[in-house]
Amino acid sequence: MLELVLFVLIIVVGTWGELCLGRAMKETGELKRFRPGAAASLIWRALRVKWIWIGVAMMALAFFSLLFLLSFEDVSFVVPVTALSYLVGALGGIFFLGERVDPQRWIGIGLVCVGVVLVLAGK
Amino acid sequence: MHSRLHLKTYILIAIMVVAGPVGNLLVAKGMRQAGEVKLWPPSELLAVFVRVFGSLTIWMGIAFLIMFIVAYMLALSMADYSYVQPAAALGYGVVALLGYFVLHESISPLRWVGIAVICGGVAFIRNTHPRTTENPN
Repeated sequence: MLELVLFVLIIVVGTWGELCLGRAMKETGELKRFRPGAAASLIWRALRVKWIWIGVAMMALAFFSLLFLLSFEDVSFVVPVTALSYLVGALGGIFFLGERVDPQRWIGIGLVCVGVVLVLAGK
Repeated sequence: MHSRLHLKTYILIAIMVVAGPVGNLLVAKGMRQAGEVKLWPPSELLAVFVRVFGSLTIWMGIAFLIMFIVAYMLALSMADYSYVQPAAALGYGVVALLGYFVLHESISPLRWVGIAVICGGVAFIRNTHPRTTENPN
């Protein structure tokens, strides 16, 4: 039960935090020149977008849950199971960021989900 | 233009594939060294907090994970989330190998198969176009 709660926090809350980051970065604009200075200035500008702070808070919660889970579970078990975030991520990409997910990508995501089920079954 | 977009995205994904798993490995190692985590009573939680965040291994792990996040954010600024996230998942295979060889975790055959299927799914996703929405700028 504790593991289930921690996995939900890591996968669902963590993925939504990442989606918030994605939204913040899309509002900030694209990295035009591939240089450290340009990258730093882009991240500095991103810090003024509210979504980034919502995202960071959610990802922090997910990170503490991950630390807790890793204190008593294998990293080779925990990390592959968190791959379920692909499903959450694709759904969020569609409904939250307005992205399109093509059929090939859905098949890939489907395979990832099958892999996660096997990892869970192999415990 | 598209090939440059692909190249920049690939470089950032390469950084993510290395930094993410190494960060996870160090954090797992640090948590194992920190001993059992108790959330109650609060004094016990505080003691755990001090033990965990007094660990050099944990901070090294956090440094790698920050490197991962920065590469991730930069990748997200130029490619779709649903493209970047699965591509970065190659790191899930790397983390299993590190868990096996460095932390000596016992991994059942079914778990290996599952991880391989995850990487297969990733490889399948890899060749789709990185961006489907218009850039606002």
